[in-house]
Amino acid sequence: METLVATPEVRTEHAPITAPKMSMRNLDFYYGKFHALKNVNLDVAERRVTAFIGPSGCGKSTLLRTLNRMYSLYPGQRATGQILFNGENLLDATVDLNMLRAKVGMVFQKPTPFPMSIYENIAFGIRLYENLSEREMDERVETALAKAAILDEVKDKLKQSGMALSGGQQQRLCIARAIAVQPDVLLLDEPTSALDPISTAKIEELLSDLKRDYTIAMVTHNMQQAARVSDFTAYMYLGDLIEFGETDQIFLRPMRKETEDYITGRFG
Amino acid sequence: MTQDHTNKQFDVEMEGIRSGVLSMGGMVEKQLTRAIKALSQEEDADLLDAVGADEAAINQLQINIDQQCAQIIARRQPAAVDLRMVLTVSKIVNDLERIGDEVKKIAYKAAQTRGSDQLTRVRYYDVGRAAANALAMLQHALDAFARLDVERAASIIDEDEAIDAAFSAILRQLISYMMEDPRTITPALEIVFIAKSIERIGDHAKNIAEAVVQVVKGKDVRHSSAKQIRAEVAQP
Repeated sequence: METLVATPEVRTEHAPITAPKMSMRNLDFYYGKFHALKNVNLDVAERRVTAFIGPSGCGKSTLLRTLNRMYSLYPGQRATGQILFNGENLLDATVDLNMLRAKVGMVFQKPTPFPMSIYENIAFGIRLYENLSEREMDERVETALAKAAILDEVKDKLKQSGMALSGGQQQRLCIARAIAVQPDVLLLDEPTSALDPISTAKIEELLSDLKRDYTIAMVTHNMQQAARVSDFTAYMYLGDLIEFGETDQIFLRPMRKETEDYITGRFG
Repeated sequence: MTQDHTNKQFDVEMEGIRSGVLSMGGMVEKQLTRAIKALSQEEDADLLDAVGADEAAINQLQINIDQQCAQIIARRQPAAVDLRMVLTVSKIVNDLERIGDEVKKIAYKAAQTRGSDQLTRVRYYDVGRAAANALAMLQHALDAFARLDVERAASIIDEDEAIDAAFSAILRQLISYMMEDPRTITPALEIVFIAKSIERIGDHAKNIAEAVVQVVKGKDVRHSSAKQIRAEVAQP
């Protein structure tokens, strides 16, 4: 028997994002003369995980590095266009980079603990921005470690070196360090590519908790990881944003053939 | 489909389930052809055995292909068109297996009703013709799958309406026989079951056609009207 049932809604290529936390507008990026990002327009949804995928050299890490102006450390690298964040264009020369990087924290591919105790790894960053009493500091460190799901493993050895932890624990320590300064946004650049599957699973689990409090943008080479943890996915190729949409749509029914070829392993 | 995977073994595995569906489909076609023969008056003792053997082989293929689908999901984590293909193959082998069950019922019921002369005409002509239409529809559905031809698939959905109409006509005819002569009630009911099985085969072939649309278009068109499906197929 034929019955009329409402057909599933077809999503637009760019799913509308209400209240984006960050908005890139006509963003271009250059390494010297090399044009690495070409007119990227993209919204990063608040308290969601946005994943950037694409082959090596497509610009996904470059894009992530523009979001807290990490590139400003290097001469010859420049971005044009706008990245709107909390009402201002963070590319403006007047932006206080230290405050920006406190608000937009970053975690890298290889864990980068400081050569100091676990406690100091967290407290060090906080002291740069705030003057807390010893008790307040203890509380802040504990909260950060708890939010990064590592407190149980380190609570009895806070005085030991952060370098003595396992790779997965070091990475969660770095996440704790980033969130200790109470950022709005967390940038993760291939956060699990140097980790074993169990540590990877712990970080992925952690992301689903963290997105309740933070907006997360991550670069990953692991497409299944993007499918597992992200809410939105952006596919980039040769500096162009090819497709952006809800992760469910991108992995089930991508709009662009280039995206489909990449996510189904038909690339190159 | 589109271009090859970078990992060629993945292509081999995808081709494995695709050709598995086609050989399973071929086997079901052959079995249905035998059952249509059983509907004719000729006595053939071997035929029922052959239909039974076909069914066992079809069941085994269903298990094998489903297992291959599970392995691809576990090992390859297919996405997008590949994922739709794997899920669809798993659905299609289910439909093919069910067709096999219906065909077996048809063959057995046909043997039981043999010799009830008054109903020969219904059985021989009308039911036989509906069964031949169901066979054609199944062939078209498998053809649409082999070529991933959504226009072909959409036309099969119309064919199903014709089979449903034929079922209603057979039913009306049998009811008048039964009212005229109560002695025909038992064999007429058997023929009703046969006609119902044919109608079910049409439904399963339609499911296969809808699955083809889903693979290609990425849209679930089950429970959509023929008009909606044609509209979906027409979209670039």
